[in-house]
Amino acid sequence: MGVSVRVIPCLDVRDGRVVKGVNFVNLRDAGDPVELAAKYSGEGADELVFLDISASSEGRGTTREMVTRCAENVFIPLSVGGGVRSVEDVDLLLRSGADKVGINTGALARPQVIDEIAQRFGRQVLVLSLDARRDATMPSGFGVTTHGGSRSAGVDAIAWAKEAAKRGVGEILLNSMDADGTTEGFDIEMIRAVREVVTVPVIASGGAGEVKHFVDAARAGADAVLAASVFHYGKLTVGQVKDGMRAAGINVR
Amino acid sequence: MIKTVGILDYGSGNLHSAAKALRNVGADVRVTSRLEELGSCDGLVVPGVGAFADCMQNLAELGGVDYIRGWVSMERPLLGICVGHQILFDSGTEGGAATEGIGIYTGVVSRLMARRLPHMGWNTVDAQQSSRLFRGIGQERFYFVHSFAVQQAVRGATYSTHEDVRFVAAVEQDNVVSTQFHPEKSGDAGLKLLENWLSSN
Repeated sequence: MGVSVRVIPCLDVRDGRVVKGVNFVNLRDAGDPVELAAKYSGEGADELVFLDISASSEGRGTTREMVTRCAENVFIPLSVGGGVRSVEDVDLLLRSGADKVGINTGALARPQVIDEIAQRFGRQVLVLSLDARRDATMPSGFGVTTHGGSRSAGVDAIAWAKEAAKRGVGEILLNSMDADGTTEGFDIEMIRAVREVVTVPVIASGGAGEVKHFVDAARAGADAVLAASVFHYGKLTVGQVKDGMRAAGINVR
Repeated sequence: MIKTVGILDYGSGNLHSAAKALRNVGADVRVTSRLEELGSCDGLVVPGVGAFADCMQNLAELGGVDYIRGWVSMERPLLGICVGHQILFDSGTEGGAATEGIGIYTGVVSRLMARRLPHMGWNTVDAQQSSRLFRGIGQERFYFVHSFAVQQAVRGATYSTHEDVRFVAAVEQDNVVSTQFHPEKSGDAGLKLLENWLSSN
């Protein structure tokens, strides 16, 4: 049968609470992370991604405690990102119970940190979190953004995906900042473009609104599909997404 | 029946997940790097993430290689997980040169001949009816994350397939069992497998 396409709920966490907005603004409270993690795991989620958007170091500490509590009773992989800049940051998160750690701005600022983390913990622990949007000034037509999509990093997104994979990330979480929170569908062209240049798994993120969108992303070559608001607000359950993907002939657990 | 489990902490991996999963299915778990604290345990777990050579080196520095050989020769129950499964073989080729393993099983751990690596996610296994480890869960998927594996026939093996590549997903040889996947991260199926290990010894 082969490895199945993973369905991954994403929990944006600030100071220990799950929040969700559109294009990273107008954040609304969406619940307790530990309760949500248990609920999604029970519904058949294949993995959970926590994105720590706390502004302070106290907030980050609260998030690590939250990861530890999740790891107590949720026996699926937990991936945690947000504010990771060094080998020490990764070490802290792994010790808190994370199985994988996402890196974003920290790697853009100093790409060498990818090599250092992969060397120390193995590339399977490291996820490149890539916030990208359409940008006609970039050779591929896709550019890397920072600060929740509001600023251009001045880097071509496809070239960056390729470099990060070469340096040693184990997978790429590809988040379309144009589609994020719109529920109008994943950026299929962007998924295809990244899929073409890397052999590590690609997680499609941003824009999921209905079951068909997940099917489209998987058909475009995504190894995993990630969504937040459709799950948090009860528009879709993980089970419904998987049933729909299975019916469309996609290999799911 | 295994009641107390010792998890050997040799500086490799997220040991707490394995400890919590084993506790969840009823084991009394001790995580320790002190070999003398393991002797009174009914079962021994050898975890491991990262590179084969690093794991072997860290294990050797603790005296763990000889300890594990001794444990197995006394026919005591042992469970290896991920790189803890790989190092039970003769050798591994991760990082270019061959590194000697513990040598309980015959076989070589090498880079998977697949295009998309790491092999990351939930995959099926072809467990045999006679398997004690997969009793009642042979049709479920388990969580894998690795780029190296044993790609040859091994006594007591259960196989899995990534792309067109068949590799060893688990081994059951007498008192020694091990899994390439992470049972502690494989949801209910993984918990059931751990429960099977506890109850079948």
